[in-house]
Amino acid sequence: MSIERHQYDVVVVGAGGAGLRAAIACAQEGADTALVCKSLLGKAHTVMAEGGIAAALGNVAAEDNWQVHFQDTMFGGKYLNNWHMAELHAKEAPDRVHELEQWGGVFDRTPERKLSQRAFGGHTHRRLVHIGDRTGLELIRTLQDKAVHAGIDVFMECTVTRLLTDGDRVCGAFGYRRATGAPFTFAARALVLATGGGGKCWRITSNSWECTGDGHALAYAVGAELVDMEFVQFHPTGMVWPPGVIGLLVTEAVRGEGGILRNSTGERFMERYDPKRLELSTRDVVARAIFTEVKEGRGTPHGGVFLDVSHLPEQTVRRKLPSMYDQFMELAGVDITREPMEVGPTCHYFMGGIRVDAETGASSVPGLFATGECSGGMNGANRLGGNSLSDLLVFGRRAGLGAAADAGRAAEPRIAEEQIEDATTEMTRYLSGPGDEDPYRMHSELMATMQDDVGIFRDEVNLNAAVADLDDFQRRAARLRSPSSGTAFNPGWHLCYDVRNMLVVSQAVAHAALMRHESRGAHSRLDYPGYDDYWGEHNIVISKGADGSIQLEPRPVNKALALRALVEQRQEAERA
Amino acid sequence: MSARTLKLWRGDGRGGELVAYEIEAGTGMVVLDAVLLIQRTQAKDLAVRWNCKAAKCGSCSAEINGLPRLMCKTRLDHLPEGEPITVEPLKAFPVIRDLVTDVSWNYEVNKRIPPFTPAPEADWLIGQEDVDRMAEYRKCIECFLCQDVCHILRDHRLHDRYFGPRFLVRIASLETHPLDSADRADLVVDEGGLGLCNITKCCTEVCPEGIHITDNAIIPLKERVVDRRYDPLAKLTRRIRRRGSTGTGDRG
Repeated sequence: MSIERHQYDVVVVGAGGAGLRAAIACAQEGADTALVCKSLLGKAHTVMAEGGIAAALGNVAAEDNWQVHFQDTMFGGKYLNNWHMAELHAKEAPDRVHELEQWGGVFDRTPERKLSQRAFGGHTHRRLVHIGDRTGLELIRTLQDKAVHAGIDVFMECTVTRLLTDGDRVCGAFGYRRATGAPFTFAARALVLATGGGGKCWRITSNSWECTGDGHALAYAVGAELVDMEFVQFHPTGMVWPPGVIGLLVTEAVRGEGGILRNSTGERFMERYDPKRLELSTRDVVARAIFTEVKEGRGTPHGGVFLDVSHLPEQTVRRKLPSMYDQFMELAGVDITREPMEVGPTCHYFMGGIRVDAETGASSVPGLFATGECSGGMNGANRLGGNSLSDLLVFGRRAGLGAAADAGRAAEPRIAEEQIEDATTEMTRYLSGPGDEDPYRMHSELMATMQDDVGIFRDEVNLNAAVADLDDFQRRAARLRSPSSGTAFNPGWHLCYDVRNMLVVSQAVAHAALMRHESRGAHSRLDYPGYDDYWGEHNIVISKGADGSIQLEPRPVNKALALRALVEQRQEAERA
Repeated sequence: MSARTLKLWRGDGRGGELVAYEIEAGTGMVVLDAVLLIQRTQAKDLAVRWNCKAAKCGSCSAEINGLPRLMCKTRLDHLPEGEPITVEPLKAFPVIRDLVTDVSWNYEVNKRIPPFTPAPEADWLIGQEDVDRMAEYRKCIECFLCQDVCHILRDHRLHDRYFGPRFLVRIASLETHPLDSADRADLVVDEGGLGLCNITKCCTEVCPEGIHITDNAIIPLKERVVDRRYDPLAKLTRRIRRRGSTGTGDRG
């Protein structure tokens, strides 16, 4: 088999906001940079981000500043965040937003012609820079146009299936072109993973087919540590009807602009769950409230709750939520300026991911960096809306700078031929091996397990059942094989790799969820409903053991003493 | 549930044909749901490109009953009942396999357009009315349906002489930015082939984002180019006028 071979200083895998921002930073440092992505450029899941970019600019609320943003992020993450990451994020987000504007990004304005900012759950002040409800598209298009003029080589519709190592250092990647099935290798002095989350492990999800935890799995395979994997965010508001659109995201901007949640009796039920913040409570709280209302029989005919903006002026809805208006009108036949939407929780975001150094994005494996949703630490036990776009800008840049600097120090990458042989053997096995496991069927079974047993509310019985199922899938996965053997754009073949990766992240989530004997943020245990002091001080770190088994280790939260006063001030305020 | 027949184009660059599949159509099902159901159950090697399934990424473009549309936004119950639904790949671009086409030419065109170039003295104060004007262009999800339907590309295959509606929208977006200082007038005429567009508005009709491509992007570009090419003072005064217009800051 002939193999296409490339060599770069830095290879960035994933071209959503984080990957693009990292690649731009690398190129600006003078590093020879490749950007490799599974889809076409500009189609990554970042386009689904609707609400805005959280940055304490203080344009609308003059009293806002990085300290309050830091405190909000820590409170939202239930103090399991890496403190220094939350600090850097809050301090640098304003610069990253201004930079985006200088690169041509266009956002809604205040009457003073400054960047406007909207309210969002868990943010003390109006903080989200936005344009209508398509902020993610604006962000990705701006970065995309910056990137194509920055001398970065883009490899679209290419799947990376392996990281290659030289001793303990990552030195490249192996993969194939989706259009033809042709294999390639990248030799790299440093490599950045920016592959997003793994929401496709759940049946009801806002995530696209791409979100299969690739970076998590690739990093885990070469020994990198994962952190906080038990914390999976279920967005409170996904569509619940019609069946084809179940899980499709309904932006939090709907609530940010004044949308009200009601149950089937007409009650504004958030008054019972969080009387202070109501609809703009944090996502974990709102998602559990909606789940509980439905479970206790106060749901809508299609198993959700009502989300209503019909009391707002029609022009406000059409102007601030244009894509929501279109989405409901066209897909559900609902005019949201006149009728309520029906919504329910949908799997949305991985707080957990590859454990990284706050300043550089370096993982625990030399030469390997991570940023964006596939990295962990910034968001702790629960992410605030709007913090993902700011996260990927701040830490995308930092990971790019970190990788470029590391590449400058690294030796010439040497790729071991036996690793390439091993990777091509796997390719051939998925394509035409002796196996008989249908990847479509296994994906469907996996989604059922994660949806039923590792959902919003968890307990030991369900989690043990999930672990047993996942063990079974893992055994059967050795026999995964594409239903057809063509190499050109063969979706069954592609899915074999996706399922392989989803199994890794699903196991990480289930095992960590089983270990954390408390309820905190997005992790709710019916059998451990309260906070636990020990777990409030510990993250769960996951890595692959020498025997290939999954290893879990509670490790003290990464604190920064200089920030202690800010954290304690917020904790006091919450108690009061 | 009702039985529907979908005829999907199966094949590759060497040729292909429509193949019929029967499905049970659920309530509110869109064409992409039906295609993915067929992929999961009947034609597991069916190649289809998609991502967000929410009309936000512009990946699942195809020709449905002969019209360029997004599969994720086209409901089965809005298509004539009792008739088969045909789904074919875009015709303005080479087929890779089944419903997937090679749209890489578009990315090459984009590289040739000078990026946003802020004026050195920019104060970064912009009025909402300027944002609103740009917002229409910036809604574009790069589905390339406008490129597909445009006869200059689709029928005359003038890919080497014409950028297509998508990139005229992109240039209009850049040219409208009150702080941009680059000049793309010669490019859009000499390389972009602006003069080739004879404003038949086919692109506007297929735009899933409702961008008034012809009226709000292409025609104003043509007017500006006339100003620029035949009256060099006009561009200068236009810019001054535009800067001045950002001053009111009124919303809506």
